[in-house]
Amino acid sequence: MRIWIPRDASAKALGAEEVVTAVKAEAARRGVEVTITRNGSRGMVWLEPLVEVETPEGRVAFGPMTPEDVAQIFDGGELALGLTEDLPWLRAQTRLTFARCGIIDPVSLDEYRAHGGLKGLTRALAMTGAEVVQEVLNSGLRGRGGAGFPTGIKWKTVHDAPIKPELGEKKYIVTNADEGDSGTFADRMIMEGDPFTLIEGMIIAGIAVGATKGFIYSRSEYPDANEVMAAAIAVGRVEGLLGQNVLGSGKVFELELRVGAGAYVCGEETALLNSLEGKRGTVRAKPPLPALQGFMGRPTVVNNVISLASVPVILAEGAEHYASFGIGRSKGTIPLQIAGNVKHGGLFEIAFGLTLDRIVNEIGGGTASGRPVKAVQVGGPLGAWIPVSQFDTPFGYEEYAGQNALIGHAGLTVADDTADMMAMARFAMEFCAIESCGKCTPCRIGAVRGVETLDRIARGDTAAIPLLTDLCETMKSGSLCALGGFTPYPVMSALTHFPDDFTGAAREAAE
Amino acid sequence: MLDSVDIAARVEEILAAHSGTEGALLPILHSVQESFGYVPEEVLPQIAQHQNISKAEAYGVMTFYHDFRAKPAGTHVLKLCRAESCQTMGADRVAAHAKETLGLDWHETTPDGKITLEPIFCLGLCACGPSALVDGKVVGRLTEAKLDAIVKGMR
Repeated sequence: MRIWIPRDASAKALGAEEVVTAVKAEAARRGVEVTITRNGSRGMVWLEPLVEVETPEGRVAFGPMTPEDVAQIFDGGELALGLTEDLPWLRAQTRLTFARCGIIDPVSLDEYRAHGGLKGLTRALAMTGAEVVQEVLNSGLRGRGGAGFPTGIKWKTVHDAPIKPELGEKKYIVTNADEGDSGTFADRMIMEGDPFTLIEGMIIAGIAVGATKGFIYSRSEYPDANEVMAAAIAVGRVEGLLGQNVLGSGKVFELELRVGAGAYVCGEETALLNSLEGKRGTVRAKPPLPALQGFMGRPTVVNNVISLASVPVILAEGAEHYASFGIGRSKGTIPLQIAGNVKHGGLFEIAFGLTLDRIVNEIGGGTASGRPVKAVQVGGPLGAWIPVSQFDTPFGYEEYAGQNALIGHAGLTVADDTADMMAMARFAMEFCAIESCGKCTPCRIGAVRGVETLDRIARGDTAAIPLLTDLCETMKSGSLCALGGFTPYPVMSALTHFPDDFTGAAREAAE
Repeated sequence: MLDSVDIAARVEEILAAHSGTEGALLPILHSVQESFGYVPEEVLPQIAQHQNISKAEAYGVMTFYHDFRAKPAGTHVLKLCRAESCQTMGADRVAAHAKETLGLDWHETTPDGKITLEPIFCLGLCACGPSALVDGKVVGRLTEAKLDAIVKGMR
């Protein structure tokens, strides 16, 4: 009997290890021989730990499993959900990047290959670098980290950048896996559930631009992801996917996993590069672009995990296939991460274009608390709070920019009507003050003044509201990077859409 | 307790293991902290010399990152997520309860040296918050009662 129990951190956080122990004990008691595979998550976090059993008809799901209920895996019961593939939440998705996540053993290269893995790389190995770059350009893929810069253009810049290999110069591929935004966990899930997709994407990027060395810059907050990623890299080296002769092609690609040390700002690409070089994670002024002078001053591709993990399917199925999904200039699919106070939270990959109403109320099933939705913060701590009145905006880069918002890394934090938006605004400034790298004044000083100003408003001093607005303008236009530059998004969106939360103290004082 | 000779010898091993690494300072500091539970200030000149940087630069890097400790933590480390998604599920309430129960503010350690309380910003468990990292293990849907049980296990 083959049983799958996720090793994904969300499953573990909800008791997967205890379930494994209980399943083993129950199987032993019954004299049933079981093979337990630790897969990634299917993304339905509210059903975790989601246990699956192989049957002739397909995999059957049970969840959310508890150690007390494991007998149901053998006998059936109320936790039996039927065939996993038939679950409506999964059926409604278009899984391109996450096609294998939750299905295969994440550290088995054989299973990866059996489920369509390495098809993209095999094709790329028969192409020139310029051809691979063109394919990615044609796909319309844009940076999934948040900035939305076309991946193909970045790659072309690095491809065209001159180096002198005879002097030991090389180009680098750096994966930004410093997924620090609250409400986002797509990078974590793919690293824990299908790490070879990222590795394959990085090798393809290496072929495209002529880079022979890659780094994955991950987070210390992700111990489970780092464990799986390190194991996959080790397997990749042993099986000839990584190293001096990639799949026997003669191409070189070495890969190293690096772990950050708790600094949020290192998710900004130039701070990340400094950190990777062993320096303080301070932001660099651009230009020079990292594409030309990145790691150790060499041409470097810095891409988000999901951008790179989407490359294998683009090469495997062709750019046109990928570009056939989405809306306007937002091509392909986006792994929505539905989080916070939501009934059915998790990862939902679908073509761009859904409205928040559908995402939050239909797919997410409304709030976990059962109270009305107040707002959704899209794009992490630097993203705007979107009120219910704007829930009809289609999910896309330009569409959100038009609403003074950003899609960021596509994390959505749902808040119910008990949320105090002034407290959320204060938290945004406090977070910016804690995490500021200190290089530029608007961020370093502005965030501290922001907290003070919000405290004045909280005391009923409404005259400080214009001051806050002015401060946000300064931070937005004067900061060196997105930390100081985008902190005004949550603050100003909270103030604009929920002014009553900011004037409550003044009203009380007047009464 | 290691004396300074032991510490220097262990650091030398760590430095040797990273001699071919590009931009090795963070991996070195992680290894040092893994070995000793913190980064003793006395090892910074040794690391600085190996990395061909000034002691001030090594100190600057070590103090920039939240993870690196200048002194040992308690036997157990309880990290509570403070980020937005967890807040929407009551993280502030659970954190206030933790602070009150333990008699600690963030970054403090109980007088018996057993428990250190720290904030953490996002464990990627945003659809099952509030979340925590308890001695390196992830915990989701944290409640006051669950927290009490964790603390009891630590004492």
